[in-house]
Amino acid sequence: MAAISVENLVKTFGPTRALDGLDLEVGTGEVHGFLGPNGSGKSTTIRVLLGLLRADSGNARLLGGDPWRDSVSLHRRLAYVPGDVNLWPNLTGGEAIDLLAGLRGGLDEPRRAELLERFELDPTKKARTYSKGNRQKVALVAAFASDVELYVLDEPTSGLDPLMESVFQDCVEEMSDAGKTVLLSSHILAEVEALCDRVSIIREGRTVETGTLAELRHLTRTSITADTQRPVTGLDAVEGVYDVRVDGLHTRCEVDTSAIDGVLRHLLTFGITSLTSTPPTLEELFLRHYGDELAREGENHRRAESGTRTP
Amino acid sequence: MSTVTAPAPAGRGQYAGTARLVRLALRRDRIQLPVWLLALAALQAFSASSVLGLYPTEPDLRSFAMATAASPVALATNGLVSGYSAGAVLACQIVMPLSLAAGLMTTLLVVRHTRQNEETGRAELVEAAVVGRKALLTAALVVAVGANLALGLLNVVVLLAAGLPLDGSVALGAAVAGAGIAFAAIAAVTAQVTDSARTANGLAGAALGVAFLLRAVGDMTGTVTDNGTRVVSGWPTWVSPIGWAEQVRPYDDNAWWVLALTTVFALAVGSVGFALTEHRDIGSGLVPTRPGPARASRSLPTAVGSAWRMQRTILFWWALGIVVLAVVYGAIADQIDDFLGEGEQVADMMEQLGGGTTNMVDAYFAAIFGMMAIAVAGYAVQALLRMRGEESAGRLEPVLATAVSRPRWMLAHVGLVTAGIVVLQALTGAATGLAYGLVTDDVPGKVVNLAGAALVFVPAIGVVAGVAVLAFGGVPAWSAGLSWGALAGCLIFGFLGSLLGLPQAVRDLSPFTHVPPVPAAEVTATPLVWLAVIAVVVGAVGVVLFRRRDLTNS
Repeated sequence: MAAISVENLVKTFGPTRALDGLDLEVGTGEVHGFLGPNGSGKSTTIRVLLGLLRADSGNARLLGGDPWRDSVSLHRRLAYVPGDVNLWPNLTGGEAIDLLAGLRGGLDEPRRAELLERFELDPTKKARTYSKGNRQKVALVAAFASDVELYVLDEPTSGLDPLMESVFQDCVEEMSDAGKTVLLSSHILAEVEALCDRVSIIREGRTVETGTLAELRHLTRTSITADTQRPVTGLDAVEGVYDVRVDGLHTRCEVDTSAIDGVLRHLLTFGITSLTSTPPTLEELFLRHYGDELAREGENHRRAESGTRTP
Repeated sequence: MSTVTAPAPAGRGQYAGTARLVRLALRRDRIQLPVWLLALAALQAFSASSVLGLYPTEPDLRSFAMATAASPVALATNGLVSGYSAGAVLACQIVMPLSLAAGLMTTLLVVRHTRQNEETGRAELVEAAVVGRKALLTAALVVAVGANLALGLLNVVVLLAAGLPLDGSVALGAAVAGAGIAFAAIAAVTAQVTDSARTANGLAGAALGVAFLLRAVGDMTGTVTDNGTRVVSGWPTWVSPIGWAEQVRPYDDNAWWVLALTTVFALAVGSVGFALTEHRDIGSGLVPTRPGPARASRSLPTAVGSAWRMQRTILFWWALGIVVLAVVYGAIADQIDDFLGEGEQVADMMEQLGGGTTNMVDAYFAAIFGMMAIAVAGYAVQALLRMRGEESAGRLEPVLATAVSRPRWMLAHVGLVTAGIVVLQALTGAATGLAYGLVTDDVPGKVVNLAGAALVFVPAIGVVAGVAVLAFGGVPAWSAGLSWGALAGCLIFGFLGSLLGLPQAVRDLSPFTHVPPVPAAEVTATPLVWLAVIAVVVGAVGVVLFRRRDLTNS
């Protein structure tokens, strides 16, 4: 059974359509990346899943229950880390951890101590003296010290330094190994690439792409760079090849995944001396979907040229 | 105003950017500050018209002055008596409370624009620009001094409009402004002590309290001269900025030289504040924040425990304030007959405020309890709006993402505030009764009797609380305006309704109109039951609406 199952979710705020028929499917035990630019509806989706907002229409199921109606019993089985952690200024970090985890239904004591150590968090400091990163750590410790089935993490590492980022990644991997489900909304594509089994990319309140990273890569192009003994000709005529640039014995092109075989055969006839093939990074996948937006802002002309546009 | 473009000479560079920061502060306070100033000017206007109305003749004024001078408690709660002209009697009643209010306005203002900026990290952003080391504090003090001068000026205008003489009116305005400026300097120091704006406000508030008590003691222990129409204060009044404002004795001595004392004090204390900024980093205090417990207490991680943690400070301060006021009102109750003997207008006023005239002391208690009940309703609104505060600060979201249901979270707060209302009302009655009982040698009797009388107001306060719960549940963005507005409506329609001559139908809109004027009247159950039912139903609708709505941050 899916841990999270969302179909055709719609949520409006006045004239703004924050969610416009969003779909999301997260399998049990899966680490699912939830990607999208600011304002695309990631946090709104998460708030609906947590029963903090009520959807206008569509269907949302969480751990087999209704996120609005069964919120209390579902919340016992999940832990949430918001992107912007606000704490009570006169409570210490330790008190805030115990408060949040305690309201959820208790925490694992040795785990709490171990996490404080790993995240290098001083629990005796008043929350008002914490930096953004430290407030984030409080929420992370409170979440990971809770023994729950599902972790809902909304841009959880936005204030963390690279060292703490790697501690966070270790924690997520441990949860994943223990069979827990993680929904990770993030801007940090390297993090998603390192952690996630599957990703959903959303835009303007709709899901535009979902699948494993391998599947998503399949939908896009690979860059091929080759040095040959003789100058390459006729590559333009091969199907599925784009952006061919021949500079003497040096050739570059972009190739649909399905056309790689034909391109390599064609290149072989010119005597290959060196060959590099680069699969698309998640960043490229991501940008492909927002290429027209970026172009609109005049930030990325090159990609707008080559990118397939999403209608 | 290009204070920041050219490299400033070393000495003046410390103040670079002050003008811009002043404009920023004025922009941020564009609503708050005018509201303060107009409210205090309105208080002055109200006092002036009531003094002139209540004591129209010289014998009336004279008897008021003598009665006040003869009663230590009246001296403590009013202020120094300096003769019996209309202006002097007004000054006796208004200089002290107005100075206290100016002090409160100013300390909050200075802390808001200094320490609070540092605590939120805004100061860091500002200081990174071309802004001098001393600019932040200078700007806050410039605004504070300006606000107090404006307050003084408004007072002069109001007093002249009331037909009082020019020199005395200017002296009164200057005395009040001086007290405010002295507290600006004190806040400039308290803002340096720790990294918390709350502590800075607390310390400045404590300084205000000490200043009030010193002058109260000095005035109570003073000697009465001039046939009982003038009081010469004891020394404690002379070490209090509020005492100095009194010592100006507007409309009597007009002792301008006392203002020089205030000025020297403000300059000296203010420069201590500046010196202290040199000895610390931005964002930190002179005294480092002490670490707290690494673990929560057993009760904190529960809905009621966490709500109590958020509610207890509000309740504590209200309880303290209520008890102090109630003791003072209880202690002077015994003198009410002498005090009001010659002023029939006062008896009329008591009756209009809901007292009735069967027994002067009981009528007095009924009027006092009516006023205190409005204050306790203010507690209820403030405490209930803490829920909205949690929501808009983004702290409610992670809490409701735990296994706490919305009704449970909300009922924890509503339940604690309801208990708070009962406790505060019981304290009002018991503290009044204790003080009155000590004077009349009947402590147990008066405590029980008056505590019972004060508790009769609980259902009416509950209605105001219910409106606040409804507003939070239904229209969160408007909850503060609606619930404070409801309280103001009770005050205007009900409490002041008869003074303002409003029709009965309008006065009936206030729940307080329906409370029998205990202890002056018999308790009748019917209106109380109705008020309680309305309070519960309105509150319950609020809880249901909250269960059904989205959480919002704005």
